[in-house]
Amino acid sequence: MSYLRPGALCVALAAAFPAVATAASDADLKQLRQQLKELRDSYQQRIEALERRLAETEQRAAGAATAAAAAGSTASTAVQSVAKVEARAAEAQATADRVARRPASESAFNPSVSLIIDSKFTRFQRDPSAYRIDGFIPSGGEVGPPRKGFSLGESELAFSANVDHLFRANARFALAEDDGEGVVEVEEVNVETLGLTSGLKVKAGRFLSGVGYLNQQHPHEWDFADAPLAYKAFFGYRLQNDGVQLRWVAPTDLFLELGTEVASGQKFPGAERNRNGAGLWTAFAHLGGDIGTSSAWQVGLSHVRTNPRERGFEDGADATGTALAHSFSGRSQTWIADFVYKWAPNGNSSVTNLKVQGEYFQRRETGDLNYDVGGLAEATSAARFRQSGSYLQAVYQFMPHWRVGVRGDWLRSGTADLGSLDPAGLPLLAAYNPSRQSAMVDWSPSEFSRLRLQLARDKSRNGESDNQVWLQYIMSLGAHGAHKF
Amino acid sequence: MYSKLMFHLAALLLAVLALPAAAALNVFATVPEWAALAKEIGGERVQVFSATNALQDPHRIEAKPSLIARARASQLVVATGADLEIGWLPVVLRESGNAAIQPGQPAYFEAASAVRLIEVPVRLDRADGDVHPGGNPHIQTDPRNVLKVAEALAGRMSRVDPAGAGAYSANLARFSERWKVAMVRWEQAAAPLRGVPVWVQHRSFAYLADWLGIKELGALEPKPGVEPGSAHLAGLLERQKATPARMILRAAYSRPTASDWLGDRAGIPVVVLPFTVGGSPTAADLVSLFDDTVQRLLGGLR
Repeated sequence: MSYLRPGALCVALAAAFPAVATAASDADLKQLRQQLKELRDSYQQRIEALERRLAETEQRAAGAATAAAAAGSTASTAVQSVAKVEARAAEAQATADRVARRPASESAFNPSVSLIIDSKFTRFQRDPSAYRIDGFIPSGGEVGPPRKGFSLGESELAFSANVDHLFRANARFALAEDDGEGVVEVEEVNVETLGLTSGLKVKAGRFLSGVGYLNQQHPHEWDFADAPLAYKAFFGYRLQNDGVQLRWVAPTDLFLELGTEVASGQKFPGAERNRNGAGLWTAFAHLGGDIGTSSAWQVGLSHVRTNPRERGFEDGADATGTALAHSFSGRSQTWIADFVYKWAPNGNSSVTNLKVQGEYFQRRETGDLNYDVGGLAEATSAARFRQSGSYLQAVYQFMPHWRVGVRGDWLRSGTADLGSLDPAGLPLLAAYNPSRQSAMVDWSPSEFSRLRLQLARDKSRNGESDNQVWLQYIMSLGAHGAHKF
Repeated sequence: MYSKLMFHLAALLLAVLALPAAAALNVFATVPEWAALAKEIGGERVQVFSATNALQDPHRIEAKPSLIARARASQLVVATGADLEIGWLPVVLRESGNAAIQPGQPAYFEAASAVRLIEVPVRLDRADGDVHPGGNPHIQTDPRNVLKVAEALAGRMSRVDPAGAGAYSANLARFSERWKVAMVRWEQAAAPLRGVPVWVQHRSFAYLADWLGIKELGALEPKPGVEPGSAHLAGLLERQKATPARMILRAAYSRPTASDWLGDRAGIPVVVLPFTVGGSPTAADLVSLFDDTVQRLLGGLR
């Protein structure tokens, strides 16, 4: 059997319908009329029922109207609250309008970005590339002054944003040029908790250690163009950790913060290491408060402990001119005591204010000094160092936007017990107390720009006094987060 | 030495933990006006701390250790918002380690969210000075705003401390009744100020001017947060000759130099307004703040 084609089916249907229409008989018509009549009767009944119900409802409505009249006062209050609600709705609409104007794109969630440009013009008597701090094992950090003349310093590019309801992340990169090549340094990349209670905070990643006072401040926040000598000698200008930090703020009116960090300790005063676990530990406590409305203070005590192995440094040269590579292995402990005091009349720092700060460092290192005497010969001896340093500075804003400051730096090479080694072979570690005096004046037309002139007499090098002139500008672009105290 | 230090720290810690827990709701207000308002609404149930005083420039506050300590122990933060506290509050809140008071949480309240801000900048550029992207944040100079903030704050306090909801709404009702009566009084007294042209030191009184119909001819600051230079002031003096203002308004915390200079040259009074609670000896609470403000403005007319 073959299937019906659609065309054929259509033709067949078209032929069938007229046949049905003509087939309707008179009997059918009568039946239809009967049905219509029944339908009409049934509708009549239903309409009557509806009319009865309507009448009942009208009676009830009359009753309700008297009730409504009685509730007249209630209604007026209702009108008032309606007006209130309307006013609120208008406000909500205004807010909604404001919200609607915001960009609804993904970029609304972009992290806040800030760029800090820092450039210097300097005049030095001594060669900055030959900079060293006599009496101290070199820290290997960027401790030297910038090059003579114009120099484009580090530009800091920073990003920060809340990641989600639990974490906030910060990233800060330093863009610089080293011997004509662009260099990107990772200054900070860390994540901190937002949701911990009881005053606890955890930070992990690379961060500036919470020890001391100045350590956590970025170079653009410094009151002078360069870091204190003590920071340069003891931490290679600042202690930067790769690790975890735990901090706790006490629930007291007096500010008390306790913190501890475990970190890799790959950098001075630690040394490169290839081992599991942590290589550097810190603990710190800060206490702070107000004296009246005009003064605020903070003091702190910090401890840094690490066990560097084969921490290398160079001093002197052999007969062929090759630098002699020495190394130290042992235990290094640093204590820091810091204070800062700020004064402003009635706490209003916009016209005049004073800031005095100082820190004292003490480091003890005991271990073995591996001493390169040239050629293949080496000597090892137990060694012991006890060194200290401090700085004290005061910055006074004498009128809006203008500040002057002075700073004194002192280091004491202290006692260096080289055991069986001949101290004459290590001229760098010969006893010497470096010092430096600096004075600066800066002008900040707004919170985002600063121009500075700094004069300094730097006696870091034994017998070579370096008179320095610095001109510096610092510019902050984009989101500029609030500074710490 | 190390163990001794640790012993002392442990002893200190114990002493700290042994402190009696405060029963009241600890409120951390960023500025005196919201501290006063929180006291009105909270009454006996709250312990209010004001982070700043009326003689401090609210734009230049530092994240002092004492503020971090107070934020740590607080259960509600009442801020102005609109970026007024951008220079210090974010650090204080983050450093406090108190998760409950972070922005977005119920215990973080911004007064500016309850009112409609004016002077919202149409372009954002730091070349325009210290601009606030959300609009002018000095909302407390209009009592109508204070009432709106009071209503929103009472709601928020009830949410943070549900046990005190009854007390907060009763206090709000009392406050708003008293406030409305006072507003009628101020508006009647200040009727002569309608349409009076004035100079302002900083755009601190935009809401006040809006409320009383005072006509602000302009600000002494060429741009928000920028000190006026002598050339700019000389230009204002010229404008003063063409369109004379009746007085110069400045807040209690601001520097007198520029306004006094112009006031002397133009021969018009410099009216120092309290700006917030505590800004003058008589402005001890919110009602007396506006009493004093209106009195001083009327004094400037004479």
